[in-house]
Amino acid sequence: MNDKLVIAGHEFNSRFILGSGKYSLELIKAAVENAGAEIITLALRRANSDTENILDYIPKGVTLLPNTSGARNAEEAVRIARLSREVGCGDFVKIEVIHDSKYLLPDNYETIKATEILAKEGFIVMPYMYPDLNAARDLVNAGAATIMPLGAPIGSNKGICTKDFIKILIEEIDLPIIVDAGIGKPSQACEAMEMGAAAVMANTAIATAGDIPAMAEAFKKAIEAGRTAYLSGMGRVIEKASASSPLTGFLQD
Amino acid sequence: MAKINGKENSTAKGKTIGSYLDENGYKKTYIAIEVNGSILSKTEYDSYIINDEDIIEIVNFVGGG
Repeated sequence: MNDKLVIAGHEFNSRFILGSGKYSLELIKAAVENAGAEIITLALRRANSDTENILDYIPKGVTLLPNTSGARNAEEAVRIARLSREVGCGDFVKIEVIHDSKYLLPDNYETIKATEILAKEGFIVMPYMYPDLNAARDLVNAGAATIMPLGAPIGSNKGICTKDFIKILIEEIDLPIIVDAGIGKPSQACEAMEMGAAAVMANTAIATAGDIPAMAEAFKKAIEAGRTAYLSGMGRVIEKASASSPLTGFLQD
Repeated sequence: MAKINGKENSTAKGKTIGSYLDENGYKKTYIAIEVNGSILSKTEYDSYIINDEDIIEIVNFVGGG
């Protein structure tokens, strides 16, 4: 089946975007391989010369998606994005603008502003946002390549608490909708894909699992199952029973 | 005094960025540098000489979601 995830003209076979935070560098290669991930997120921070670099642990050919975590407004997100591109690993950027430390909810308004600036500079902008249809439309107009609505607060593993609003985005927005943040287990990733999400991004669910590479594989399978189910078209739901076996030829008179 | 990644540095003045990176064990391929709020391209590392009041940020990628 020729079913590719297309982001700004770039084709991906995998619909699982893997985060790289909160687990050891030694496990990243196994997690990426077991996840079948072709995109991995990274953060940008002040460099220490005496620590190993994460780029040495990411398999070749995997697309790097730097985030702008730490940015509290559009200006800071733009600064982080430009520095990330200067490292020399491509034009992709995941915009995160957060100034609430309790729930880590994104500021849609500042995110739109950053998206507009960076899209004009040739970035492939993937904004993380609170699932609001009006803000999503503004992000489309600002030049976003995808929309990344949150399922639940970052790192909470609570699942898709915003399900109905993500469904509206899937219905109304003509860009890949990638559910990001809050997805805690494979069944929830599968659910997102069954709803018609283009991809799922997960980090904490993998990083806090007992066996990180095995959980990465479980997510891969769930995302593939959900995608296939979505493409297959769900069976209908009715109120009363509908026999699956023939209602004739019973062994009774 | 120049400030590098938030810390005052009394010995960096007069050196090129390139030699500062070499002396401190940074791999140039993995980093980006900002001097006084502007990005310094990798081709400028060996020509830019650190001034007394420069504010320099040396950044790289780490794990993140």
